[in-house]
Amino acid sequence: MFERIKGLKFHKKQDVAIVGAGITLFRRRMNETGKELSYYAVKQALEEAGLEISDIDMVVMGSAPDSFDGIHMKGEYLLDGSGGSNRPYMRVFVGGGTGVFAPIAGYWHVASGLADVCLVITEEKMSSVHPHPQSAFKYIWDPILDRPLNPNLIWIFALEMRRYMHENNIKHEDIALVSVKNKGNALDHPAAQVAEKITVEDVLSSEPMALPVRRLDVSPPSDGASALIMVAPHIARQLTDEPVWVDGVGWALDTTWWTNRDLYFPRYVAEAAKMAYKMAHITDPRKEIDVAEPYDPFDYKELHHMEGLGLAKKGEAPILTREGVTARDGDLPVCPSGGLLGVGNPIAATMGVKVAEIYWQLAYRAGKRQVAKEVTTGVAQAWGDLMQVGTVMVLSNKR
Amino acid sequence: MTRVAVVGVGYSGFNTNTPDLSWKELMYEAAVRAYEDAGINPRRDVDSFVTCAEDFWEGFAIFDEFVPDQLGAVLKPTLTVTADFLYGIATAFMHIKSGLAEIAVVEAHSKASDILTFGNVMKFAFDPVWLRPIGKAHPYYFAALEKSYYSSLRGYCDDVYAEVVEKNKRNGRLNPDAPYSGNVTAEDVLSSEASFYPLRKLEIAERADGAVVFVLASDEVARQLTDTPVWVDGIGWWSETSNYDTMSFTAEYARKAAEMAYDMAGIEYPAKQVDIAEVDDRFAFKEVQHIEALKLAKPGEVDRLLSEGYFSRDGALPVNVSGGNLSVGNLLEATGGQKALEIVLQLRGEAGKRQVDAEMGVAQAWRYVPTASGAVAVFSR
Repeated sequence: MFERIKGLKFHKKQDVAIVGAGITLFRRRMNETGKELSYYAVKQALEEAGLEISDIDMVVMGSAPDSFDGIHMKGEYLLDGSGGSNRPYMRVFVGGGTGVFAPIAGYWHVASGLADVCLVITEEKMSSVHPHPQSAFKYIWDPILDRPLNPNLIWIFALEMRRYMHENNIKHEDIALVSVKNKGNALDHPAAQVAEKITVEDVLSSEPMALPVRRLDVSPPSDGASALIMVAPHIARQLTDEPVWVDGVGWALDTTWWTNRDLYFPRYVAEAAKMAYKMAHITDPRKEIDVAEPYDPFDYKELHHMEGLGLAKKGEAPILTREGVTARDGDLPVCPSGGLLGVGNPIAATMGVKVAEIYWQLAYRAGKRQVAKEVTTGVAQAWGDLMQVGTVMVLSNKR
Repeated sequence: MTRVAVVGVGYSGFNTNTPDLSWKELMYEAAVRAYEDAGINPRRDVDSFVTCAEDFWEGFAIFDEFVPDQLGAVLKPTLTVTADFLYGIATAFMHIKSGLAEIAVVEAHSKASDILTFGNVMKFAFDPVWLRPIGKAHPYYFAALEKSYYSSLRGYCDDVYAEVVEKNKRNGRLNPDAPYSGNVTAEDVLSSEASFYPLRKLEIAERADGAVVFVLASDEVARQLTDTPVWVDGIGWWSETSNYDTMSFTAEYARKAAEMAYDMAGIEYPAKQVDIAEVDDRFAFKEVQHIEALKLAKPGEVDRLLSEGYFSRDGALPVNVSGGNLSVGNLLEATGGQKALEIVLQLRGEAGKRQVDAEMGVAQAWRYVPTASGAVAVFSR
């Protein structure tokens, strides 16, 4: 037994800024390999930052399961396309949470002082799995207790959605509004895959998948890549007058046994947010956060995650959505990018619509997607594994 | 500046197979021992957990799902690095340096005995367009090609590698966790079957099971926890390329990773300053390549030094005192874990019969066929 030094001090060596981002089109069945997709995103991010690949000290790769591509050690395979050759290169991976987790890894590469310029590249190619990525997801279950039931992801999310609706007395109509909002927002995103103007009725009458989940409640499988350049302050000052800073990072992994949890509230997201907010000195997220990109692979998930992030009280997120608070011109714009529901869902590469979007919003570079209000602080979040991991990053344009 | 120390180690194994334990139980056993060694409670004290695993070795699509419970990591910051244990050490090192953690745990394991078609899993690591379709060749032939190229480059004949095997298999006899050790002579190696010509059967490390868990802490916490911290002075990792046709075949990845780690540790003359080294020897020629890349000997000199006993257990610079992978086995992503473990035990003076006198040690691991990536860690007492 020893006397623990209470609380983390976050005694980082140096601050971390984001100075460039890149994103490819999100689509299915692109002709390019994962290496090529990675290359496009890296090239864009380098151009935006005004850097060359030779300026990069270290590379962090984020890519979700190897089974999507059927390639063992996928990180190694993607190495040269992503600019990792001839430098320290590491791949981190927490399933669907990787989209925000990879930049968190980029953060500690720089904050620890080991790298001054770190390239974070995320890539996913889901179309390689025939006929559908669901068949790769067959191998995410416990082989003894879960797998013999032959589950698929849609139906466990149906369980979670049903529980969330029941516990908080929420109607499907309230949830469908999220899909309507995000797919509409995505009309302004140049990389979007399924942007469209739809109505609540369209969602409710779309093909049932595993009720209550219907076709338009779900984001599509996609191929794509996105990149971020994270740098130390002395580099940031040379490159731009308006860097965006990483104020806080947090992540948490819950137990493997998803069946033993109450599914209506994502505790793992709340824990991750607690860590990130503490680091960013945020005490009242609803007031202090100006723009949010919670993970929205399903429409109810945006609401679920808003509550996990403390942007709404339990059961309150649908009300905020209905009242237009979360619209792009609302008081708390949520998923102004169009999110996964509108732009697409290439698992790890969703970094481009989560962390990169918050970066673009805070740098006032989001073009048509720029939110109406003035912004100083934003939060991005992702989620994954067996409904088990939360990853959170808080960014701000003030220092 | 915060320093990082190893304050607890635990391991389970290493064995040719473990039919009595699941991979979760292996991890649990190693973790409990490490926590006990460090005197901590994982649920209360650990700020970050790092595991090192590759999905295909595990047979799962998203392996990190199955990690938290047996490590005491539920609802805590936990992540997977898809790489060797030493990359996990690098990650924990960065967590502590950046203040994201005061105490971090690193885990890696191998349940290689569960893999029924090892060669076929390996084959899935090859580029699906250019290399995977090449006939029915076993991936070990790629290592054979590399050996062949490297030998001709340096002018080494097979005797050198046979000596490595003899040395390591004999070293392993003093290690109770070295299932493949034995009294093997260089002649035995040279007369063993060339299973993947010119790679002989005895030059290839057999697979083994086991788990390794380390507890790392910042200097402030480390001093409260233990009187014998082992410091992580330097860490480095490096990737050359993923293409066979552009790799150096001289373990450039290890040289660059070592340069990074030595730089961090302030080591200028590794051959003089390093007292003990554990290098990746999953193929006997790899030990020779790695000794050279770690600058423990000049290129082309390794053969002479080896036969003079320079790298023996009682030599000037003992390499693979544990018996290396040739004795302990190929532990997949836990390979670097076994290497680092041996260095820590040696520096703490807990290596039993195989104890040597050392102040500073180096552990190195390669990411295995078909990669040119690897990591190096420098530890001191």
